[in-house]
Amino acid sequence: MGLFLAQAVFYCLIPPVKVSRLVKQIHFIGWQSLVVILLTGSFTGMVLGLQGFYTLNRFGSEAFLGPMVALSLIKEMGPVITGLMVTGRAGSAVTAEIGIMRISDQIDALTLMGLNPFRYLIVPNLLAALIALPLLTAVFDVVGIMGGYIVGVKLLGVGSGTYFGEMANYVDLSEVAEGLYKSLSFGVIIAWVCCYKGFYTGIHTGFGAEGVSRATTQAVVFSSVLILVWDYFMTSIMF
Amino acid sequence: MHREANRAGAGADGSAIMIRIEDLHRSFDGVPVLKGVSLALEKGELLALIGRSGYGKSVLLKHIAGLLRPDSGRVLIDGEDMAVLRGSRLTKLRERLGFLFQGGALFDSMTVFENVAFPLREKTRMSNEAIRERVMEELSRVGLSGAEEKYPSQISGGMQKRAALARELISEPEIMLFDEPTTGLDPIFGHAILKLIDDLHRRLGFTGILVTHEIHKVFEIVDRVAFLHEGRVQAQGPPDEILASEDALVRQFVRGEIEGPVSVE
Ligand SMILES: Nc1ncnc2c1ncn2[C@@H]1O[C@H](COP(=O)(O)OP(=O)(O)OP(=O)(O)O)[C@@H](O)[C@H]1O
Ligand SMILES: [Mg+2]
Repeated sequence: MGLFLAQAVFYCLIPPVKVSRLVKQIHFIGWQSLVVILLTGSFTGMVLGLQGFYTLNRFGSEAFLGPMVALSLIKEMGPVITGLMVTGRAGSAVTAEIGIMRISDQIDALTLMGLNPFRYLIVPNLLAALIALPLLTAVFDVVGIMGGYIVGVKLLGVGSGTYFGEMANYVDLSEVAEGLYKSLSFGVIIAWVCCYKGFYTGIHTGFGAEGVSRATTQAVVFSSVLILVWDYFMTSIMF
Repeated sequence: MHREANRAGAGADGSAIMIRIEDLHRSFDGVPVLKGVSLALEKGELLALIGRSGYGKSVLLKHIAGLLRPDSGRVLIDGEDMAVLRGSRLTKLRERLGFLFQGGALFDSMTVFENVAFPLREKTRMSNEAIRERVMEELSRVGLSGAEEKYPSQISGGMQKRAALARELISEPEIMLFDEPTTGLDPIFGHAILKLIDDLHRRLGFTGILVTHEIHKVFEIVDRVAFLHEGRVQAQGPPDEILASEDALVRQFVRGEIEGPVSVE
């Protein structure tokens, strides 16, 4: 599996990149995940606003609701939930697509035409995930903060100036960078695991439609677990 | 015209041999499928490969194309072993080879037109108009004019097969491996496709292996027949010889009889 990633990175660095495939995958992984991210982002922010408010209220420090919501989102919730959502929505489809290409000999046909399947199938997904994940995470964070604002400020009466003011005091660029690094690494994990499982459909999972469905399930489970485990290690390193 | 040399030990001189398979063994999960296949094809020869379903014909073709690696033995294409070649020399060798997969293997994210145009778009510097002309010509040859904007999932299995054939033939390969080109086609199209293969074989002189269950029609266009059974080439020779064979197994197979050395259980 490590070799697979190394090869994928190798072909990323060596042009030509198949631009039309890349654009298509950015559209698929990024653009088409947007609605899911808007929905999950806003509700995550709202629930953080609600929970945060009642927790902070006990200590009489609702003023810190803004930074609490923002920091939770930017450092943890944003990258992690975005990663999990993209795994479920796009990663599974990537595995299924590549897996079907494998069992119906399309990957072999590509190889025999003298074309490199990594260049055509894996690299566009890897680059698209690297581009899409940080952007989706940013969208998640922004709508989440707005969700927290709606609950905290509009419903529960924290001052609007306090919400954003304290946020600006406590959130600095290094925290945003931490979220960015996380989302980038989750992009790699998703593309890596999902492409790998699709590419080797049949070898570990058996052929046929059943093989593809098993590969897809494995990809989603493995990618999700890896995201959470890796998140823990990244967090512990960056503190 | 190649037949004499073939029968006499498959071209021991070696000069004109295009495909040489030497004692090929391969098992899957401990189950042997190929148990010492040896076969040689001269340049320009067309061979029919027959054998019972599930006995490794497709597996053999994939070894010839270098898509599977043998456990032991080797496959030489024009004197070169695909299993050891790397990089640009491997790519070059692959480009000389066309493979019609049993299921067609059309790219399902592309239309029929894009599929057939794909090898030209990726591997040549032909202009778009020139490509368009070639693709339409090739599609009309396989009887698919009018279906070019459809996706593989929107056309029948037989049409997929013909589109895949057009995609392989468009780059005029020197070596063609056909895995059941006529299975799933109606008799008229089946016949037309065999005629197309025959014409192209005469015109381009490719070396080819044609896996088939349609013994009688295919025997009319091939130079030689090889019968794969229980992991080995059990019999080979010119079509008329195979048809007239005294061997009980071969007789049973080419006549499709239920009674014989092979039981249907
Ligand atoms: N990649 C693979 N992994 C495991 N087993 C395989 C693989 N490919 C083929 N086999 C097995 O090898 C045997 C031969 O299969 P193959 O597809 O070559 O048969 P065939 O002679 O082409 O049959 P048919 O005429 O039905 O196409 C089968 O038992 C199949 O299960
Ligand atoms: Mg077969």
